Amino acid sequence: MPHKTFLAFILPSLIVMLLFVALPIASVVYQSLFIEHEQIMTEVENCGPFGCTVERRVDSQAMEALRSEQPAGRFNGLGTYFNSGHLAFERIGQIWDRTETWGDFIDQVMNLPFYKALIFTLAYTFIVTPCVIVLGFFIALGVNAIPGLIKGPVIFFSLLPMIVTPLIGSLVLYWMIDSRGIIGSALQVIFNDPTLSLKASPTLTWVTLFVYGIWHSAPFAFVVFYAGLQGVPRDTMESAMVDGASRWERVRFVTIPYLLPLATFIALMQLMDNFRVFEPIVGFSAEANATSLSYLIYSDLRGSDSPLFASAAATSVLTTIGVIILLMPVLIRTWRDFNRKA
Amino acid sequence: MTKMLLSTAATAALIGLGSTASADCAIEGEGSVRILANDFQALNAVVSRAAECASDTVEVTTNETEEHKDIQVAALSTDPAAYTVALVANGSLVPLLNEGLTRPLDDLVAEYGEGLMDSQLVRVNGEIVAIAFMANSQMLHYRADLLEENGIAVPETYEDMIAASQSLADAGVMADQMSSDFLTYDSNEALPYWEAEEVALKTGWGSRTAAFIDENGAAPEIAAQTKVAAMPSWGDNDIPATTLWWDGFTMAKNISDEDAAATFQAMMYALSPELVADPETAALAAWLVDGYTPTPASEGVFANVEAGARPYPMTPYMGMLHTALGNNLAEFLQGQESAEKALEDAVADYTTAATEAGFLQ
Repeated sequence: MPHKTFLAFILPSLIVMLLFVALPIASVVYQSLFIEHEQIMTEVENCGPFGCTVERRVDSQAMEALRSEQPAGRFNGLGTYFNSGHLAFERIGQIWDRTETWGDFIDQVMNLPFYKALIFTLAYTFIVTPCVIVLGFFIALGVNAIPGLIKGPVIFFSLLPMIVTPLIGSLVLYWMIDSRGIIGSALQVIFNDPTLSLKASPTLTWVTLFVYGIWHSAPFAFVVFYAGLQGVPRDTMESAMVDGASRWERVRFVTIPYLLPLATFIALMQLMDNFRVFEPIVGFSAEANATSLSYLIYSDLRGSDSPLFASAAATSVLTTIGVIILLMPVLIRTWRDFNRKA
Repeated sequence: MTKMLLSTAATAALIGLGSTASADCAIEGEGSVRILANDFQALNAVVSRAAECASDTVEVTTNETEEHKDIQVAALSTDPAAYTVALVANGSLVPLLNEGLTRPLDDLVAEYGEGLMDSQLVRVNGEIVAIAFMANSQMLHYRADLLEENGIAVPETYEDMIAASQSLADAGVMADQMSSDFLTYDSNEALPYWEAEEVALKTGWGSRTAAFIDENGAAPEIAAQTKVAAMPSWGDNDIPATTLWWDGFTMAKNISDEDAAATFQAMMYALSPELVADPETAALAAWLVDGYTPTPASEGVFANVEAGARPYPMTPYMGMLHTALGNNLAEFLQGQESAEKALEDAVADYTTAATEAGFLQ
């Protein structure tokens, strides 16, 4: 293809990518380097229905002058990345000095906000993703084997968890696991422990979120595998049958190899999806026990009176780096394939 | 316009005002009244009265949303501002003051504010920045019958409260001292537990008390026995462990003087004594407006004031401190961390946020 034609082909999508992907990322990186100007404070007397108090207040006029001079704020370099809300090297140093065992050290580091969110995000990603693939595969096998008449309704019901909006789905489950909800109180009876609470214990909260994640995403894997199953070559399958392969052997040596590229696709999609886990944490009010990187960004922007843009931007950049690292094996493979062909 | 009026009528009907007569609201001049407010019953009553001022010359639009705090700064920064008036509390007024987005109200008060009481005027360095119309604080709700039957006095300290719930548990009246899911409950979720007689003591916001003592509610006999008192104190501090809040309105700086005058008059109409003449509206909150006589739901607020509770600070970094404590105390409350560790985390969180916001070096 001549270069000119190639350029004409690629240009529209290149412009769109530049506008909606590259520019926003660049702007987020830029924002993460700046923090708010030093606040100029004055003492004022506040009077209201409950009497008067002398309190400090921001001198908004002086601040306006500062802001019009430097609208982006005060340059802070990589300071925000290293502060105790993010990579927290200084606090890790302090923890290292005061702890004696590795267990203690790891415990305390994992309690720092960024690492706490990171460890949950990674655990969620690496537990939910394989479970979704395996479960989705078996649902697809099961559905594929049932007779045509009830297949339609079964497919519809298997897809329901994915049709329900994540926030609504998690709220429904949240009310069910309440200590007075149907699941919560059933568990209390089964384990004969009236104080058992899925919401209060961190471990059980994590398990609940994982189960929710698998429940929600399994239909996606199911649909993809089910579509793939329709294309498994019939003659290979029949010759395997003639050779006397059992049902399991046919699945193991014919179906699975054929569906493997699809599994890679699902793994990719799920890794990216699960790495940005957010809605279930809000839906389950789980932020006391489990936070994710996306949740950190949300709470920086919505947590207090004024949004902390630098913190949110820094977490976003770190999350982007996380996604790149996560997808690195696939990227490397694509690059190799490309070189081999070239 | 029609749609707006319809929704106003619907709101008025919902909160039981029963009438949408708007004969009394006469605004001098023309203008646009754009109201941003939080979404709860007491404020709905105020906003729907202000909306009655809509006429051929005065346009009234309202946005009642729980997200009001997150949009107010952006909405009032534009010129002209997206809203002419924001209904705020002492906590949520601060971000607007920080950015200098509020309009001094002294002239408007002098011209149209003859119905206001001096205690309603919120001043910063002598300049009126907001008008308060209701007070709010957390208060102790208790079941008078259960405490009496078991010979327990109304708790005045948290120590009393824990002892009281222990004796109720010992007497077999209540199953447990406290539900293990306590961290995730808000006022809405607490109500059914209260109505199911599973709770005898609770602390909660005064603005939500009306639902708990509502004798037309789901459990009238329990509502009749529900009383409120000042929040208990903690340790030897002898003052209620709560802060005093007011709700009021503040006006945008970036609006025309005509809009400002129309808006102020509409708000004055909304806050006139007829607001609290309706017993159902009067029961919704501890109103600070002229003509209000205290209702049972407001007893707790006044008891707190009397017992020396402090107003919630209006310092600019209070919101960040509040967030840092809120994010870090849960682990201590669940027994996963020592108090020292939880406070150390809160200090680190606050330091990070305050440094980024320019309050600390």
